Amino acid sequence: MTLTEFLQHLANGISLGSLYALIAIGYTMVYGIIRLVNFAHGDLLMVATYMAFYGMLLFSLPWPLVFILAVILTTVMGVTIERVAYRPLRDAPRITVLISAIGVSFLLQNLGLVVFGGRSKAFYVPPFFATINHIGETAVPNLVWFIPLVTVALLMILMHLLYRTRIGMAMRAVARDLDTARLMAIDVDQVISFTFVVGSSLAAVGGLMWGLKFPQINPLMGAMPGLKCFIAAVIGGIGNISGAVAGGFVLGVGEILLVAFFPDLAGYRDAFAFVLLILTLLIRPTGLLGERVAEKV
Amino acid sequence: MGNKKVRLLTLALIGLLVLTAGCAPKPAEEGPADSEAEGDVIRIGVFEPMTGDSAAGGQMTWEGIELANNLHDEVLGKKVELVLVDNKTDKNEAANAVIRLIEKEKVVAIIGSYGSSLSMAAGPTVMEEKIPAVGCSPTNPLVTKDNPYYFRVCFIDPFQGSVMAQYAYEDLGAKTAVIVRNVADAYSVGLNNYFKEAFIKLTGDDEAVLAELDYQQGDQDFTAQLTSIKKLNPDVIFAPGPYNDGALMIKQARGLGIDAPFMGGDTWEAPEFINIGDKDVEGVALSTHYSVDAAPTEAAKEFVDAYKDKYNAEPNAFAALGYDAYMVILDAIERADSYEPTAIRDALAKTADFKGVTGTITLDENGDATKSAVILQVQDGAFKYLTTVEPN
Repeated sequence: MTLTEFLQHLANGISLGSLYALIAIGYTMVYGIIRLVNFAHGDLLMVATYMAFYGMLLFSLPWPLVFILAVILTTVMGVTIERVAYRPLRDAPRITVLISAIGVSFLLQNLGLVVFGGRSKAFYVPPFFATINHIGETAVPNLVWFIPLVTVALLMILMHLLYRTRIGMAMRAVARDLDTARLMAIDVDQVISFTFVVGSSLAAVGGLMWGLKFPQINPLMGAMPGLKCFIAAVIGGIGNISGAVAGGFVLGVGEILLVAFFPDLAGYRDAFAFVLLILTLLIRPTGLLGERVAEKV
Repeated sequence: MGNKKVRLLTLALIGLLVLTAGCAPKPAEEGPADSEAEGDVIRIGVFEPMTGDSAAGGQMTWEGIELANNLHDEVLGKKVELVLVDNKTDKNEAANAVIRLIEKEKVVAIIGSYGSSLSMAAGPTVMEEKIPAVGCSPTNPLVTKDNPYYFRVCFIDPFQGSVMAQYAYEDLGAKTAVIVRNVADAYSVGLNNYFKEAFIKLTGDDEAVLAELDYQQGDQDFTAQLTSIKKLNPDVIFAPGPYNDGALMIKQARGLGIDAPFMGGDTWEAPEFINIGDKDVEGVALSTHYSVDAAPTEAAKEFVDAYKDKYNAEPNAFAALGYDAYMVILDAIERADSYEPTAIRDALAKTADFKGVTGTITLDENGDATKSAVILQVQDGAFKYLTTVEPN
């Protein structure tokens, strides 16, 4: 394998990995605060892409505006889901909330099939993202550096939010001990709502990036990214935000290099992700960067 | 707040929503419950992918079947009712769909399915239950092989593979090729093998196929495979498989600076292929079963007019095959002069010189039709008819 080829594979891997990382951040943050694996996360991603799709198709608005609106609407939806499906179960055993989350996921998928139809649609890619740059002989479309940039920017904003603001402190307090936080006059419901605001908007941004990278959208498109990014979050240490980014990159680059070096194993790419998950749970259940004791979900 | 009743109610409501949503995505389904007295109606079952990765193929086929049923809804004095079950582009669902059609809906014959793997999943059941099935577009030879109850109205992949190999060698002047296949898809794997055989024979070079690269159902990122292809610099890339995969793969290939022409099979004939692939799929060639622009048959006129009338669009190969599959079954029922599934099977096996939309259909000892193929090319955002290739 020549160096050029290897660099091209690496660029491909980083591009895919940063996308995984972006979605894994949202997963892991919600889990970190309220100990809930939000299985509807992947489907919120799908909802965001459809909102952007219809925003451009029906109202022919410019794409930056559409993207912002899609993020806002998806966030509203995410918070509503929390109100309706998770909040009433606040005192129920954790497994009940988990089942409720799976129910929401199925609901969104099937509702999507009814409302949007089963046939896939083409997602509009603004020309800017499709423009290809050549660095040496490595081809790098703008999207390839744009997604990591978005991931890193959002990561930094999130870190600032969690560790440098009042609401961030409240979120960390709720994560540590919900009941005690409530006794300290923290409005727990509000904090959790805010957690879902952040989580859902991250899912929405992830969805839009996914749509730009793979411009084919359908109502079931959230399922596999949801699983993959959950794996990324676990590999990095679920609940740990930097860990999610690390896990996303490990998974993305790993998948690409697996196919690059062992073309015969290309069909086992998803299996590779799950094997990685099993190995992580066996050898280092807390993940790469996780410190908390892993919880059974 | 905190009222237990409200909580329970909310939960019940969510449960109800989930339940209804689970049953809802079959809008086109003709409910069996509201049918008239059993005696006046016979049912033909249809299992097609209405959702999932092959939704476009299933829906196009269903349009043709429904159209045929609208125009010809009676046979031997009984009304024909269609029962559609969505197989969700899933092999397990396909097997279950056929069991449901036979055991619950009591159909006398079955039409389906787009996707060879989906048809093959249904094969053992139709054979065991002795209900004849007619596939519209499953092209893998294994669908009908050793299964006396499975028939099809389309050509099979050994022919389709040789058609595209010939096109690559003679029209594109290709001496080398790379193959990309979806390992979970019998159609993709099979067609690639037949293409390889034919291409090696044409070029007389055992090494003419530089590489065979795999991917898995559901993969959307093909950059790793494509980066390897770029180094090999083949004259042509043959990548038949689901239309979504093809469109994404070609987009990514152009993004990596690969200029080699892409070719595919009949599954690429879907509006989605062009919508998703956009400018990047310009010039892509594919083989399929039928084109409005090819020499029209007598039966095609009625079909084309009715299709344009109902759907306000140019008909495609899958609608045409759906139409033919339905008409072939009706013809068999008439010749059998019976609604008995086994009698229909026997009549189906004797189908000869049936004048269909997609050509003259004669079913051979395997239950396969021998028909011509057409080659289409994407030009200016539409499928343009290039040529017709007759079977040898």
